[in-house]
Amino acid sequence: MKMDDRFAADDAGAPPSRHVDYRSTLLRAPDQPPIDIPQTITELTGPGDWGRLMGGALADLTTQHKGTPIGQRILVSGQVLDEDRRPVPNTVIEIWQANAAGRYIHYNDRWDAPIDPNFTGAGRVVTDEAGRYSFTTIRPGAYPWGNHHNAWRPAHIHLSLFGPAFATRLVTQFYFPDDPLIEIDPIANAVPMPYRQRLVARFDIGSTIANWALGYRFDLVLKGREQTPFEDDAHDH
Amino acid sequence: MTIETDELSTRHPAPRLDNLDPALFGQTPSQTVGPFFHYGLPWKGGADLTGGSALGARPELFPEEHYVLGEATFRGAPAGEAIELCGRVLDAAGQPVGDAMVEIWQANAAGRYASIADRRDEVPLDPHFHGFARSATDDEGHYRFRTIRPGRVPGPGNSLQAPHIAVSLFGRGILKRLVTRIYFADGEGNDTDPILARVPAERRRTLVADRQDGDEWRMDLRLGGERETVFFAL
Repeated sequence: MKMDDRFAADDAGAPPSRHVDYRSTLLRAPDQPPIDIPQTITELTGPGDWGRLMGGALADLTTQHKGTPIGQRILVSGQVLDEDRRPVPNTVIEIWQANAAGRYIHYNDRWDAPIDPNFTGAGRVVTDEAGRYSFTTIRPGAYPWGNHHNAWRPAHIHLSLFGPAFATRLVTQFYFPDDPLIEIDPIANAVPMPYRQRLVARFDIGSTIANWALGYRFDLVLKGREQTPFEDDAHDH
Repeated sequence: MTIETDELSTRHPAPRLDNLDPALFGQTPSQTVGPFFHYGLPWKGGADLTGGSALGARPELFPEEHYVLGEATFRGAPAGEAIELCGRVLDAAGQPVGDAMVEIWQANAAGRYASIADRRDEVPLDPHFHGFARSATDDEGHYRFRTIRPGRVPGPGNSLQAPHIAVSLFGRGILKRLVTRIYFADGEGNDTDPILARVPAERRRTLVADRQDGDEWRMDLRLGGERETVFFAL
């Protein structure tokens, strides 16, 4: 680890670039090791003002259309933190997922499961001063994919985060507790145990809303042990 | 597949509501964007930092009634030399990667980042330039941005970096985002740039865009094989 670098990576829980069980990685993983570079102002800065950049927030994925989407309504909430448990505010979280039947609306998704005319599966939220986020959606279904015989992806929701700096950019996905498909999914399994547990949300009765939605909690931890913004002498080496 | 013994013992740990288990707390691992991110992540104008078009959205990939993506409200032309930045994303066999996503982050023409972390008030901000853009690749692996040539920014110590654009690359099968940079073939200071200096001389060319016709600049991103693009660890 590069101690001088504010947003250094702790790669203990990171998946490898090439994971043979996930076939799509074979031709898409670099052969050369990445070159270590100091974090300059380029890596220590990042965009803000997400509303102006991308348009408004879309925190409720169940009210984007005329009707109510099919499936179990859930409220997903959590906190974006750094490694010292300090909240990371103003982090944009983009969301995309399949519908309750396990189908994406994308034209290229040819899985023979119903399309829900009332569910797009795309959303966007920004964390508040305490790093908190929440969004309402439908629990997605599992779906088959062509990686190997009888391959099914566990139910999952994709999250894309951009925190305070280019170095903190993260795309991930989270899974649901007690899903038997997780242990046979090559993508989830690319993350070694015990770190894989960081990708599993937990059921949360505290955020469950009576007669309305089940609550799930998923916290995210971005790189970075120091929130002090860019100072020229801090990476003078 | 085989399952390791120690994996079995930790597969269903008791939930820890305090979230203090080191297995649970630490950097969140990255995962692939999957094949169907196009409707969730692009936004209208998201690949055009000059604010003049809807480049970046691909409404043809999903039914019209599902098109709920936002639209940038940055308006007005940023200062600087407008360029188009394009290329192809190719896998280790030279085949196009038709489901990749390319992001760029760059300084404005004066060499300042539109970021609260860039506090150099002596370098002007440009109210019309935010520096972040995103392009999906098409079926042939092409990405395309409209932006401006960035100015020079400081490097470690008293060094000055050559004009460059930071790049993130995502796609199906890419479990960890790939990070690289785009420099310009005629860029001032390429020969003294502190980051390029860390790259073996014979591989530096993979980081340098070449001018095509007019204001178009091109740099291909090769994930493997011959002429593999240099990627960086941050």
